[in-house]
Amino acid sequence: MFWLNLKRIFKSGFVNFWRNGVVSLSALLVMIVTLTIISFVLFGGALLDHTLNELKDRVDVNVNIATNVIEDEAFALQKQIENLPEVDFVEYISADKALELYRERHEDDEKILAALEELNDNPLGAVLNIKAKEPSQYESIQLFLEQNYPEGEIGSVVENVNYARKKEAIDSLNSIIDASEQFGVLLTVIFVILSVIITLNTIRLAMYISRDEIRVMNLVGADHSYITGPFIVTGSMYGVVSAIFVLTALYPITFYVGPKIAPIFFDLNIFSYYIGNFGQFFLIMFAAGILIGAISSFFAINRYLKKNRK
Amino acid sequence: MIYFEKVSKIYSDNTKALEDINLKIEPSEFVSIVGHSGAGKTTLIKMLLAEESPSEGNVFFGSTDIHSLNKKKTNKLRRKIGTIFQDFRLLPHKNVYENIAFAMEAAGKTDEDIASDVPHVLELVDLPKKAWNFPHELSGGEQQRVAIARAIVNQPDVIVADEPTGNLDPLNAYDVVQILKKINDLGTTVIMTTHNKGIIDEIGKRVITMEDGKIIRDDASGRYAI
Repeated sequence: MFWLNLKRIFKSGFVNFWRNGVVSLSALLVMIVTLTIISFVLFGGALLDHTLNELKDRVDVNVNIATNVIEDEAFALQKQIENLPEVDFVEYISADKALELYRERHEDDEKILAALEELNDNPLGAVLNIKAKEPSQYESIQLFLEQNYPEGEIGSVVENVNYARKKEAIDSLNSIIDASEQFGVLLTVIFVILSVIITLNTIRLAMYISRDEIRVMNLVGADHSYITGPFIVTGSMYGVVSAIFVLTALYPITFYVGPKIAPIFFDLNIFSYYIGNFGQFFLIMFAAGILIGAISSFFAINRYLKKNRK
Repeated sequence: MIYFEKVSKIYSDNTKALEDINLKIEPSEFVSIVGHSGAGKTTLIKMLLAEESPSEGNVFFGSTDIHSLNKKKTNKLRRKIGTIFQDFRLLPHKNVYENIAFAMEAAGKTDEDIASDVPHVLELVDLPKKAWNFPHELSGGEQQRVAIARAIVNQPDVIVADEPTGNLDPLNAYDVVQILKKINDLGTTVIMTTHNKGIIDEIGKRVITMEDGKIIRDDASGRYAI
């Protein structure tokens, strides 16, 4: 009997979806908007993440090693910094490499190149390029260096650290990252809640049209599950069909928009992102669609069932 | 079979719909309930269908106090009562066959039972050719006959018909009453509310007259007299 009822509930749900054309269409349109908003939130999150990571990656602090320090001492300092929990990695740039990079940077500046030629020795020391795990952690790394390797003192390994110069940029980046993350979460929550409420109300309206039908079902002695079941199946169908529509529509949309906005967002192409994460999108769209559709139908129907009960 | 014991119903706005109703309906009876609008006929029917609870008193179906039943048992009870309404109340997105089959599905009947009983009951109401039509494709009389088919398909003990001829022309009203009489002749109790004098006089069976929520007359083989 259970399987027979289940078969009848599914059949009735599918048939209602098809025969209630106008109601289904309006519920579908709202559900499509909701799922589109959710997908845009996903893309927005990916773009924000990628942009912030790129910005974080571009932040570093250089420790210039005094020119008279031998490599082993510099390596020892590198090891010590690497052991700090806040540090992601430390790159050692030898004095020769530092000079080479300096030349490359100033290849168009003939005066500087000529001045370098005049010098017999390499005026630059080795450099330790430090990347922290988070931009906010540079301050504590700087503190460690200040306490253990005071800049410029006679006999000190460290000639200078360029943190002070970058401090302002790092601080403002930290604020931007914090604000973006909080704002991103807030915006996501607001959009998702709003769209779910709108969908809930549209489906509730669709069910309102069926209130007389529900009363008749009650009067012929249909059980609670036998009345609610088909409506929940219909609600889930709104979700499934909308998810298929949105997933299909996202392909040409991201294909068109992706290359156009990639330069703004540090070369993240949302088309490649969509294709690469299609499984995730598929699951989220279907799960969100079915859940919103089924839960809205369940609550809407129960409201009328309660009204019609003795 | 059906027994109303000192039943009163007062709605939340203090409207007194029923007052101290004592009523007994025996198996296989054909009972017509007449009265002006607001006399309490529909409230009486709703009590029997467990759509409304009495403020005082009890309603029994056999030995069962209807309003003491839980939801599941109420559903089972409703399957023993076939209901027919003035506005037909067919499921608009189901065709005639599906409307009748729905009542059987709700009662847990198998697909085989449905396939054999629905055409049979459509023959009884003279609509075998309309099985695949939707309610909006039928006339009022045809819709009411579908509602009757749905009401009788589970072979209920009682048929409750609330103003079944209210929306029908005299010819269709006559047809509907003839079907109800036929059902009653086969042993099913029929309780019908109506305003239609001609129908009551034609049936010639028990007539209960209501006024202001009270039973003012109960004639074993009465005529319409208000």
